[in-house]
Amino acid sequence: MTETNTNQALSLQALQAGDRAEFAHMVDLYSTQIYRLALKMLGDPQEAEDVLQTTFLKAWQSIGSFEGRSSLSTWLYRIAVNEALMSVRRQKPTVPVVLEYESDEDEVERPAQLTDWCCLPEEELLSAEAKRHLDLAITRLPERLRVVFLLRDVEGLSIKETAEALNLTETAVKTRLLRARLNLREQLSAYYGERLKEEQS
Amino acid sequence: MEKENCESLLASLSDYVDGVAQEELCREIERHLAECENCRVVVDTLKKTISLYHAVSETALPAEVRERLFMRLNLEDFLHL
Repeated sequence: MTETNTNQALSLQALQAGDRAEFAHMVDLYSTQIYRLALKMLGDPQEAEDVLQTTFLKAWQSIGSFEGRSSLSTWLYRIAVNEALMSVRRQKPTVPVVLEYESDEDEVERPAQLTDWCCLPEEELLSAEAKRHLDLAITRLPERLRVVFLLRDVEGLSIKETAEALNLTETAVKTRLLRARLNLREQLSAYYGERLKEEQS
Repeated sequence: MEKENCESLLASLSDYVDGVAQEELCREIERHLAECENCRVVVDTLKKTISLYHAVSETALPAEVRERLFMRLNLEDFLHL
């Protein structure tokens, strides 16, 4: 990651003094990653764009109170995650969010799909259809797992940074990450298992 | 195949695939994987799952989305810098 370099390139002092050129610089440095997170979180370009805009509007309004306890990038992720979660709630206000209260101490579900699909050719693993399926699988994860997986495995944050962005303990992040990964593995195994059968028939 | 070993593998799976499991634990896991086909498949497909998501994580910011963002933030002066 280029976190250190990009941080050095930005002047927090200028940002906090209301320097608009510096803010534009910050927007260009971080808007791609914030948009990607929102898009994968919500699965909808319009909703993702709204979250992107609101995230930077809020960042502009509250940069004065940013204390630098986390990196700017983690701070922006935190704002974006909150906005995205609010957007999810607006999308499906009637769906009970039972999974939100599931305990992190619950046992991890044992893997059920045991097909080895690793040998499928790259063009099959990364076909346009497969990519759509990869995105779909993410949107099927419960939000609490989805957001952890996106920050850690798609955005490449460390366990510690993910914990900071989500206000969770590192232990909770690790548990949710394992569940998210195993859940996606099950979903992908079902999908690629079918491709494998087609290939072999 | 000993069920207990499979259960304990599951608990340390993330650390193992991220390469941050302790050496001793790694050796234990690898001994188990050598004799447990099911767990080997789970580990391999889990690694593949994560690497596929890495491979498709490149999303560019569409130019028009950037433009509308700059307009919304009243930063249009800096759009072409």
